[in-house]
Amino acid sequence: MDMNTLVMLLALFVLSLFLGVELITKVPPTLHTPLMSGTNAISGITLVGALLAAGSDSSATATNNILGFVAVVLATLNVVGGYLVTNRMLAMFKRK
Amino acid sequence: MNLTVVNLIYLAAAVLFILGIKGLGKPKTAVRGNLMSATGMLLAVVVTLFDRNIVSYEYIIGGVIIGAAIGALMALKVKMTSMPQMVAMLNGFGGGSSLAIALAEYYAKTHSSAAGAVEILGANPFGAGALGIIAIVAISLTIVIGAVTLTGSFVAFAKLQELMKKDYGLPGGPIGNGILLLVSLAAIVALCLEPGNATLIIVIVVAALLLGLFLVLPIGGADMPVVIALLNSYSGIAGAFAGFILGNTVLIVAGSLVGTSGLILTKIMCVAMNRSLTNVLFGKMAAGGTVVSADEVYGGKVKSAQPDEVAMMLETAKRVVIVPGFGMAMAQAQHAVRDLMDVLESRGCEVEFAIHPVAGRMPGHMNVLLAEAEVSYDKLIEMERINPTFEDTDIAIVIGANDVTNPMAREDKGSPIYGMPILNVDKAKTVIVVKRSLSPGFAGLPNPLFAMDHTYMVYGDGKKAIIDMTAALDTL
Repeated sequence: MDMNTLVMLLALFVLSLFLGVELITKVPPTLHTPLMSGTNAISGITLVGALLAAGSDSSATATNNILGFVAVVLATLNVVGGYLVTNRMLAMFKRK
Repeated sequence: MNLTVVNLIYLAAAVLFILGIKGLGKPKTAVRGNLMSATGMLLAVVVTLFDRNIVSYEYIIGGVIIGAAIGALMALKVKMTSMPQMVAMLNGFGGGSSLAIALAEYYAKTHSSAAGAVEILGANPFGAGALGIIAIVAISLTIVIGAVTLTGSFVAFAKLQELMKKDYGLPGGPIGNGILLLVSLAAIVALCLEPGNATLIIVIVVAALLLGLFLVLPIGGADMPVVIALLNSYSGIAGAFAGFILGNTVLIVAGSLVGTSGLILTKIMCVAMNRSLTNVLFGKMAAGGTVVSADEVYGGKVKSAQPDEVAMMLETAKRVVIVPGFGMAMAQAQHAVRDLMDVLESRGCEVEFAIHPVAGRMPGHMNVLLAEAEVSYDKLIEMERINPTFEDTDIAIVIGANDVTNPMAREDKGSPIYGMPILNVDKAKTVIVVKRSLSPGFAGLPNPLFAMDHTYMVYGDGKKAIIDMTAALDTL
């Protein structure tokens, strides 16, 4: 990574923080629990990094593959559990 | 797959996350929003599987199967009353995942053959100069936040599940935590000077794991909504930092959205309790003047009523407001409350629910429980909107709520909870409080509401009391 890329990533990070504030403040209190579990599922995006670590070349050391495996298990749990439980809750809000 | 294509698909995934969160802003669009965000996740994961750096799939397939099976089982089995525990666990898994990724990246960089070559030359395996230092700092910070989230969340889970009932702190409280934080920061600085020293990484991990433990151990009960929201934020921030390690855009966008979401909820919770974040984290109630004794407040002034007497009061009521708190979740009384609402409405009475922001153990806890009992969300009214209506309310029924109805917060300047926004339940013409006993709430204060002339206490199990009221009202 060079300095330019880093600055671009930093810009992305800061702008996303502002976007987050705009988006989240519009969510009504009644949906705060599904918001938490739903955003929680989104934080499972670390699965992307976990896949890269778990599947990388292990000829030098397998430590990173094993750590990657742990990360894949945890992130998948986060993603699958998070989306399913959010969906379950939201389905209850929808019916009337 | 071409790197440009991969990055464009990551962009599409990030857009889907944003639209997904936007959808979560309205009950009508929320299910679709959640599906959009899940689609974004699927896109990002699938495109990553084609990455040329992935050479073997055994660990991946095994990990995904195990994680998906446990995750699905948990999500489908969990009871709505246990939702705070579930979210606490999921936060912990997210943090743990970021922790493991950062460690994997560290070992990959320091053990690869390329790293061996640079080590002979005395260079930094993470890159030359400032960039190398930034890479190490990114890895270290991901480790610290990930580890704090992991252990902190599991303590929060244990407390919410009531596996752990006492609150423990480090000797010295905040000072002990401060020392742990300083140890990990010192180790990060040392690691920048000596990137190859794996012992330093271990020191960072252990110090941060302990820090997570001791940050949450002293916090209990009604402060849990703040802790869960904060850990939610940490899990996102850890993800965003992991994005900096890997130079991955979608991780940065998604992680920072989750990070702000958790922070905003944390702030809402703190405002609703009139306490600062440091005050909650270090377990101090506001230093309040004179604490009134329970005898002084209650002495001979508390009246009680039986459920059938309450039913007679309800018989002529035109407007009833139900005020639920954590006690309703404890007693699993949400369905009983809904039945009461139905009977009242069938008699032409207007029924609404008053929801305090910190009622329950996580933001929105009461709303989910009442949604489960099929109470329409437009009957769940937030504090600011319902407070002016209490004066026109014939009967307010408080079930399992205490501190959030304490008029001392409004009137008694010397009280430790003075200034906390409360539901003005005492302004209703008649107040019914369903409660096991006169024991104080989390703040440890007596509640003058219980001793007011127009308040009647109904002692006993919340669910049973409500069912009895409903049955009695039905026969009138």
